[in-house]
Amino acid sequence: MGKVAEGAPAVDVGRFDFMTTTLNDAIGWARKFSIFQYPFVTACCGMEYMATACSHYDVDRFGAGFPRFSPRQSDVLFVVGTISHKMAPVLKRVYDQMCEPKWVVAFGVCTCTGGFYDNYATVMGIDTIIPVDVYIPGCPPRPENVLDGLMKLQEKIQKQKQEV
Amino acid sequence: MDAAPSLAQAVRAKYPNLVTAAEELPAGPTVTVKREGARALAASLKSDPEFRFNMLMDLFAVDYLHWEEKEFRYEVVYNLFSLEKNRRLFVKVLVPETDPSVDSVVPVWPAADWFERETWDMMGVTFRGHPNLKRILMYESFEGHALRKDYRYNQRQPLIGPMN
Repeated sequence: MGKVAEGAPAVDVGRFDFMTTTLNDAIGWARKFSIFQYPFVTACCGMEYMATACSHYDVDRFGAGFPRFSPRQSDVLFVVGTISHKMAPVLKRVYDQMCEPKWVVAFGVCTCTGGFYDNYATVMGIDTIIPVDVYIPGCPPRPENVLDGLMKLQEKIQKQKQEV
Repeated sequence: MDAAPSLAQAVRAKYPNLVTAAEELPAGPTVTVKREGARALAASLKSDPEFRFNMLMDLFAVDYLHWEEKEFRYEVVYNLFSLEKNRRLFVKVLVPETDPSVDSVVPVWPAADWFERETWDMMGVTFRGHPNLKRILMYESFEGHALRKDYRYNQRQPLIGPMN
């Protein structure tokens, strides 16, 4: 036990073995710190994704350090990199295979809007195919930006109505 | 390497009935060949001990739509390299718009397989005698050929999702 400042009431917090909350908040707290991600990596943003995931920035601090390469075991679909029209049905299929509850992060400007691509091959933003929860712009986004997006996703998970 | 005559001139002198022009372009020695004799010249350039062009580095087509000075719309360009002699040669075949086709050189250089598929996919030049001439980059349901000058660059043909 640390020393208690003089004059403060001496309260032994260890005596309280319960806390009050709502079921919604408790489930949200559990879900936001146990994000299993599916990295759908198609392009150069993947390098920045790796930088974010590795020890220097360490995405595991946010409980999202465990990429699953099966959509059936994942909670968050990280779409990292340009999506072409040829790839779009694959992305849709991966999304459909994920179990509820599920979220989607558009990582990089190509997935947000198509980026600087305006051609016959590129999808103009993955939100034309699947719903997106968080957009992380950048070409590619800095790891700090990715962590910011991840924290915004956690905030969204915490505050939403938890379907059980 | 002796200075004269140039490689392009030497090829022209050896196959005068196939080669219509020989020039020294900034890219390297270049010969223009009649479409009917393209495969015969390819086989000869590979086997001839004077040239030994045993490697096909690249194969592509150029679309000269709206070029006044060009009589033919397409040019198929073969980028040849001789490992033995350490020198390059560009072979150009002029292809008319009405019948965009040339003989496949897969029997001569197996490396031509995917190059010719790409050229067919992007430019719509067919290669007679190719073992498996189908699209390699775009999907089968894609209509038209994306790199032709009269194909609008951002004309999208999505498999799923909204058009454009």
